[in-house]
Amino acid sequence: MTSAGTPRAFKRDGRVVVVGASLAGLRAAEALRAEGFTGSLTMIGDELGEPYDRPPLSKQVLTGWVRAGGTTLPRRRGLDAEWLLGVPAGGLDLATKHVRLADGRCVPFDRVLIATGVRARPWSVESEAALDGVFVVRTREHAESLRRALAAGPSRVLIIGAGFTGCEIASACRERGLPVTVAELAAAPLTGALGAVIGDVAADLQRTHGVDLRCGVEVTRLEGDARGRFRRAHFGDGGTVDADVAVVALGSIRNTEWLRGSGLAAGVWGVACDTGCRALDVSGRATEDVFAAGDVARCPHPLYEDRLISLEHWANAVEQAEVAAHNMVSAEADRRPCLSIPVFWSIQFGVNIKSVGVPTFADEVVVTQGSVDDHRFVAAYGCRGRVTAAVSFDSAKWLHHYRRLIETAAPFPPRCPMPDQPADARPVPVGLPGPGLLAQGATAVVTGRTRVSAASGPCTGTGGRRAG
Amino acid sequence: MTTARTHGTLRRIFDYSARADPYPLYAELRQNPVAVHEDAGYVVSTYHEITDLLHDPRLSSDVRNLSRPMPALEEGVTTAFIKKDPPEHDRLRRMAMRHFGPPHTPGLVAGMEGDLTSTVNSLIDDFAGKERIDVVDDFACRLPVTVTCHLLGVPREDERRFHRWVNDIMNSVDYDPETDPKERLDKGVQARKDLRRHLGGLVEQRHGRPGDGLLARLANDDGPDGRMTDAEIAATAKLLLIAGHETIVNLIANGMLTLLRHPQVLRRLRHQPDLVVPLVEELLRYEPPVHIVPWRAAYSDITVADTVIPKGSQIMLMLASGNRDPNRFHDPDRFDPDRRDNQHLGFGSGIHSCFGAALARRETQIALTELVRRLDRPRLVADPPPYRPSPVLRGPVHLDVEQGGD
Ligand SMILES: Cc1cc2nc3c(=O)[nH]c(=O)nc-3n(C[C@H](O)[C@H](O)[C@H](O)COP(=O)(O)OP(=O)(O)OC[C@H]3O[C@@H](n4cnc5c(N)ncnc54)[C@H](O)[C@@H]3O)c2cc1C
Ligand code: HEM
Repeated sequence: MTSAGTPRAFKRDGRVVVVGASLAGLRAAEALRAEGFTGSLTMIGDELGEPYDRPPLSKQVLTGWVRAGGTTLPRRRGLDAEWLLGVPAGGLDLATKHVRLADGRCVPFDRVLIATGVRARPWSVESEAALDGVFVVRTREHAESLRRALAAGPSRVLIIGAGFTGCEIASACRERGLPVTVAELAAAPLTGALGAVIGDVAADLQRTHGVDLRCGVEVTRLEGDARGRFRRAHFGDGGTVDADVAVVALGSIRNTEWLRGSGLAAGVWGVACDTGCRALDVSGRATEDVFAAGDVARCPHPLYEDRLISLEHWANAVEQAEVAAHNMVSAEADRRPCLSIPVFWSIQFGVNIKSVGVPTFADEVVVTQGSVDDHRFVAAYGCRGRVTAAVSFDSAKWLHHYRRLIETAAPFPPRCPMPDQPADARPVPVGLPGPGLLAQGATAVVTGRTRVSAASGPCTGTGGRRAG
Repeated sequence: MTTARTHGTLRRIFDYSARADPYPLYAELRQNPVAVHEDAGYVVSTYHEITDLLHDPRLSSDVRNLSRPMPALEEGVTTAFIKKDPPEHDRLRRMAMRHFGPPHTPGLVAGMEGDLTSTVNSLIDDFAGKERIDVVDDFACRLPVTVTCHLLGVPREDERRFHRWVNDIMNSVDYDPETDPKERLDKGVQARKDLRRHLGGLVEQRHGRPGDGLLARLANDDGPDGRMTDAEIAATAKLLLIAGHETIVNLIANGMLTLLRHPQVLRRLRHQPDLVVPLVEELLRYEPPVHIVPWRAAYSDITVADTVIPKGSQIMLMLASGNRDPNRFHDPDRFDPDRRDNQHLGFGSGIHSCFGAALARRETQIALTELVRRLDRPRLVADPPPYRPSPVLRGPVHLDVEQGGD
């Protein structure tokens, strides 16, 4: 580090490169300027155009309430940055401190932020994925093409995978009055994220809204017609469904390929970090000048036994971006950890679903308030006798209380009488799928100060995956 | 946890002599976030503890869960949702909200802006030339009932009576048997009865005649939760009239008072009308109309700040004290309309947080903007002004202002 010898010098004229110009990248850049960073700032992103917001892409954009081009992220301040858009980063050289672009250009840095997020997991058979009428949803271009296909009034839409994204898309289709089939390998929707008990509620919600929901089935083949148009899906049990549109919603793949050979602990599970968002190297040591934030990062959380947790949550991307930016320009003593309790929300079939904590870090769940039958309730999750998460359906105002329970490691089940408590409020096994279903390519990556382990046992910390 | 001092502090807060400036006493109170008091139960005065409690599902707003019951003003009357717990509270609030705000009725408040502006201006017209006006009697007191009547769809010719009923009810709320004539209480009881009966009649007339007002909509709507009974509609309408009256009066009066005490802000507001939005938020923190949520009931034992509040206890939440908590707000005793991160407790928090907040904000914003625009060099006549007796809904009983002249 030349100009970046001291934090003050770095703040004045250091060079920061942000790779990934979306939510985490933009918010980190804004936070850097807000912290008083006056050095050079370069934003590298493979998408063209202004950074935009993704949550509406599976919701209001598909129903037509919001244009696909209308989700540009609000700018909180001028950035005075150099934008290198439309070309992906192809490599990271820590010895010479350069980011290599796919077109061969090299961009030098003193500190770099990795914010390359994730991409949609495509259908595994390439020729079938290429059929006209087969979609994924991650970018605004994806959302716009799917919206157009939905507006054309397909005879039926098939959604493969009932994670949050799949469920939200199913909901948008029903709002448009389209016939929808949802196919899910697990016993119920949202099982990978919230467990089978709440998954059953999600299943009921879908059926109430007229979704043809098929659980415990595997889609094995997508069939096209002579003109290369998707027409039919085949299931493992021999059944078929005819449809004109198939949406593949099978979760995501972390954009870490460009970090191969960089010496960082990066792989299919993301970029391992310490709580201050500093990336770890392959021997588990925190690097000084490399930070990561957002969907691509996996950070340890002290409330969850310091396990590395990857969260594909909007609020997490924002928080990590701000913490990473702060720590980039701060001396060791002033750095701060990312400790807030994860939050996530979704809207589907008119119901506002919200969670605090990490519901996949649980062995039991209990409905504490409200009525499951009315799709209006709060459920608390516990792991080995303490509260680790809560999920609300149309009852988000209560979650502050559960966040406090999580922060204070309150005993599970919470055993206090309260108004509107279901009569049979008994904890039951949470019903999370085993590693076989959840973990695509789960491998132990790094060990060291932060314990890193493969998915195992009932309390694996792979929270909040949006996989189906 | 409890000391003789906090005991004395609360007594002094309730004493009328503290009405003009209770804030130093709140600071004393905050030294014990939770204090027990023989009359008030558990008194909670710090921001984070109040917020935690307002979101605690073990708190009840239903009097029947108090181990020492409160005297009821009216027996056998349908209670409004402010005094109910889930699921009943949620169901009724949801049904009312369907016709009041997003997502089903998103444009309601925006649609009232024209009416609000002309109501405000016709009140100002009435005292335009006067040298001395009382912001409370000549202006603030006349506004909210009119606005709520328009919202409900009450016929114009009934408005006068509604003003009188609401007034009589408010006057009886802080009735003190030792100093006040019994007549004040009786008038309040009678006004409640008359108001309820009249509202019941209006609802009945609106069956089968869908119209624009809230009463007509509630009487004819079959939403996902079904329809409110006539008694429930009348109770809800009465709640809106009362919850939205003295609160707004206080906010407008506190607002003018605070502006007159901060002339540089008043000047800024005159030239920069957009300032009114953050300014009203800061008012709700700095001089909130509702100082205290007088009671909630502990539905089970609750531990707050290392104090166990036993089941059945009465809990008093000192909202205005939480708003001045230095552990939450930087430099809390400074009035700063540019303050960021201003999550005040002026509208409460949690499931009972103010139902009318959007309307209250807009109503007050328009009222203050127009007053500041149209008053000619306003000056306070007395500082502090005289206050109403209540420490709960705290505000000036008169706010005399001089304008014009040389
Ligand atoms: C359809 C959808 C709905 C969602 N709904 C919700 C919701 O309701 N609630 C919620 O909490 N969260 C939701 N999310 C998740 C939320 O949007 C993400 O958590 C958030 O976008 C993460 O931001 P990020 O910046 O880390 O990653 P991303 O937004 O994925 O951004 C990464 C950026 O890096 C770029 N990039 C990748 N590789 C390279 C490379 N090699 N070189 C240069 N650039 C590269 C990518 O193209 C992308 O622009 C949703 C996501 C989607 C897709
Ligand atoms: C500045 C003006 C106002 C202030 C400061 C204010 C403040 C408050 C506060 C603090 C509460 C919470 C009470 C509790 O927790 O027990 C509340 C509740 C309520 N307010 Fe307001 N209010 C104002 C104006 C209005 C208006 C204009 C209306 C109606 C149109 C209204 C209707 C209600 C209702 C119905 C409740 C009960 C909500 C529930 O129990 O769910 N308020 N208000």
